[in-house]
Amino acid sequence: MSRHIDHEAEATDRVMFGFWVYLMTDLLMFAILFAVYAVLHGNTLGGETGRDLFSLPLALQETLLLLTSSFTCGIAMIAARQRKKAQTLLWFGITFALGLAFLGLELYEFAEFIHEGHTMQTNAFLSSFFVLVGTHGLHITSGLLWMGVTLIYVMKRGLNDHLVRKLAMLSLFWHFLDIVWIFIFTTVYLRAFV
Amino acid sequence: MREFLLGKLDGHALPHEWFTIAGSIAFIAMMLATILVITRLKKWKWLWSEWLTSVDPKKIGIMYFIAGGFMLARGGLDAVMIWLQQAFSSGDSHGYLSADHFQQVFTAHGNIMVFFVAMAFIFGLINYIVPLQIGARDLASPFLNTLGFWLYIAGVVMVNMFFLLGGEYAATGWLAVAPLSGPEFSTGVGVDYWIWSLQISGIGTTLGAINFIMTILRMRAPGMSLWKMPPFTWGSLCSMVMAVTVFPLLTATLFLMFFDRYFGTHFFTTTGGGDPMMYTNLIWMWGHPEVYILMLPAFGVFTEVVSTFSRKAVAFYKTNVIGMIGVSSFALSVWLHHFFTMGASANVNAFFGVMTIFIAIPTAVVFFTWIATMYKGRIKFDTPMLWFLGFVAIFTIGGLSGVILGIPPADFQLHNSLFLVAHFHSNVIGGVLFGIFCGITYWFPKFTGIKLNERIGRQAFWCWVIGFCMSFIPMYILGLMGAPRRLDHYDASTGWQPLFVMMLIGGIIIAIGLALQIAQIIASFIQKNRLRDATGDPWDGRTLEWSVASPPPFYNFTVIPKVNSRDAFWDMKQAGDHKPEYEDIHIPKNTAAGIYISIFAFFIGFGFVWHINWLAVVSFIGILIVFIVRAFDEHPEYTLTASEVKELEAARTKQAKAERRHNPTNDRDEDMGLWELIKVIVTFGFGLARKTLTRGKA
Ligand code: HEM
Ligand SMILES: [Cu+2]
Repeated sequence: MSRHIDHEAEATDRVMFGFWVYLMTDLLMFAILFAVYAVLHGNTLGGETGRDLFSLPLALQETLLLLTSSFTCGIAMIAARQRKKAQTLLWFGITFALGLAFLGLELYEFAEFIHEGHTMQTNAFLSSFFVLVGTHGLHITSGLLWMGVTLIYVMKRGLNDHLVRKLAMLSLFWHFLDIVWIFIFTTVYLRAFV
Repeated sequence: MREFLLGKLDGHALPHEWFTIAGSIAFIAMMLATILVITRLKKWKWLWSEWLTSVDPKKIGIMYFIAGGFMLARGGLDAVMIWLQQAFSSGDSHGYLSADHFQQVFTAHGNIMVFFVAMAFIFGLINYIVPLQIGARDLASPFLNTLGFWLYIAGVVMVNMFFLLGGEYAATGWLAVAPLSGPEFSTGVGVDYWIWSLQISGIGTTLGAINFIMTILRMRAPGMSLWKMPPFTWGSLCSMVMAVTVFPLLTATLFLMFFDRYFGTHFFTTTGGGDPMMYTNLIWMWGHPEVYILMLPAFGVFTEVVSTFSRKAVAFYKTNVIGMIGVSSFALSVWLHHFFTMGASANVNAFFGVMTIFIAIPTAVVFFTWIATMYKGRIKFDTPMLWFLGFVAIFTIGGLSGVILGIPPADFQLHNSLFLVAHFHSNVIGGVLFGIFCGITYWFPKFTGIKLNERIGRQAFWCWVIGFCMSFIPMYILGLMGAPRRLDHYDASTGWQPLFVMMLIGGIIIAIGLALQIAQIIASFIQKNRLRDATGDPWDGRTLEWSVASPPPFYNFTVIPKVNSRDAFWDMKQAGDHKPEYEDIHIPKNTAAGIYISIFAFFIGFGFVWHINWLAVVSFIGILIVFIVRAFDEHPEYTLTASEVKELEAARTKQAKAERRHNPTNDRDEDMGLWELIKVIVTFGFGLARKTLTRGKA
């Protein structure tokens, strides 16, 4: 029996390590998108620049939502580690709602731009903006999907080792996206106004 | 409606030129023949459950070899087509290929050789050997491993798909320079096929690399510290670390290119504020490291082989490893040498030129450790050692010509000339391919329990070396005479034709070498009684993979070995035998999830190539579903109890004994030569024909 537990612990250690490596590859992909944005953000062909388009209050709201969700995600993980099912579901539920709200705001911003005729075909600046921010949004979407599915399984199966491991990876992923967003907030939104 | 359902796909996409028709017929005939044979032999179930869905890295390794072998023939055919065109297309003659078709052929050749041949063989070797060398039973994530393999296969299908539908491949060179590959200048589907075959297989590579890093860093046998790792494992680790560093770049760059082509964004376009030069930077930031991702495992192979066949431990082991680490770190900061001529300032060029020349230092360090290992060794010249010596000769030429190219003022003369092409072929053939051949010859007894026929092997080796020199020395000379690369026609007054013809002859000799290698494998199986290696240790090896039977049982080790030194197995042999013990073993179950995901991934790519959006969306949902089902399967393993292991081991020992008794090593005391092989095959063919004829009468 103890051998079995060893085997599980080793597996968890390996999987978490592998997930870290994966996150690093994802980070590199974002690094490229940031670099591309840095190169292209001035190429507006005389059209509106970031300063004309972005709304700082909106970006700030998004930031606050995501930061809070990172916090609630942390609390949820503590509950999950202590195998408190109801609390885990509650706090992850809140995290999910915050994430969804973030995504809603982002989509609202995109829709607004597109409505005003600022699409990603307009110029290189907007291409790189949409792809950088949109890639982050897609990551958030897959995080939400992952969270939803895992929570359904938690409801069905309870908090077993396997699911806690999934949740631990998910929380890493979520914090990672938070950090990437901080970079987006500073290099895309804030920098447009300095 | 039609456009919604089929996108851009219509009757024009069907094959209507001679090469697409011929290609399609060849592929369909091959498929039909395979299906027929498997059905006749009633082997479908066996194939599915023993091979296709297997998560055993040894089987996946073999499947990589088979796929890579086919792709080598496919890419080789492209090479012969290129050489044929160049040998005759001088003066009034314009050869048999149109300029456009010629461009597609060399693009496909480059892609196939790098992505679908070299990568396949390297991953095959790593799959098979690394777990055995580090004393592990499996990889950290068996599932990621099958997934990576099947994504590679999806890429293989994608890169050949244009024969059946579309009729054109990218005509842009293997890295599809922008803006040529953008929507304005490449309107067909060729570049889209290029994007998706690389994208799908590239993502597979990233996943595979993550998996091997996990495996090597987390699953070594107790006692095997990093400084006790076998050199091949070290080379693989360096290579995989580079792969996770640069393959995300490729993925991102290909996505951006796809966005430009599909959604009309302006990343690499000449209009709308795009920056084509950024594409060149991004793709080479991946592209240069890529060649070292291939090279480093090959370095590892050579270190193993030199040490084994000199019967000495690796000399200056740590220096050797540090050399490899040095190569892999330097390789990340030299990419600009691929475009010195494209307008960077003199200082930038100088920096990258110096970095490029620096790379030769750690490379040379590794070389000197090999020489030191051979020094005072009792060297045996078996074929693996021959491949090593061939590599030393050719790779040195390649490296030195690289140093010449790395000097910016010289590169202004030589860039995009045949001198460059000769340079990288010296490295890719003499280095990577010879490394692969060396590794396969060396470990073939481990894969099959049979040593390879030495006689035909030696002939194949000489064909490769002579053929290589005949085709690439003229190429260096042509380059110095000013012949540009990618030339589909040249003026008769240049006087280049004799050299081009010589290149073609060299190419034919190489093709004979390849054919001999196939003959070598067949001959080895015919003479398997003579060549059987019952010990599992035919070369008197030093590392753990030789401590298990050949081929190894599916659980690799009955007991995970304890490692005290670098040459773990060598020490075990000196210390003498010990009693076997048994323990429970966790074995991962087979899974088809990787296959399903890859089929969907293929259709995502296919949907985007032909603008069939619903297909891409549906396939994406399919991937999500398979992934979720797989991720929440809590029992991906089963347990083999100690007593079951004991029984399996007993059965195996018994069988091995029976084989040995069955094999009174008297069938011939020499490896068969080519003539004998042909005789045997012809006799066999006649026998078969006679049998079927008489059966037909009765
Ligand atoms: C001492 C080591 C090496 C040096 C100094 C070196 C240097 C260079 C330079 C300067 C170029 C660009 C030349 C031009 O475009 O004008 C080049 C191209 C190339 N090298 Fe190397 N190289 C080295 C090793 C290798 C190795 C080990 C490989 C492969 C395994 C390799 C594969 C290539 C390829 C594929 C290209 C050309 C790609 C293309 O333009 O399509 N090189 N090398
Ligand atoms: Cu390079």
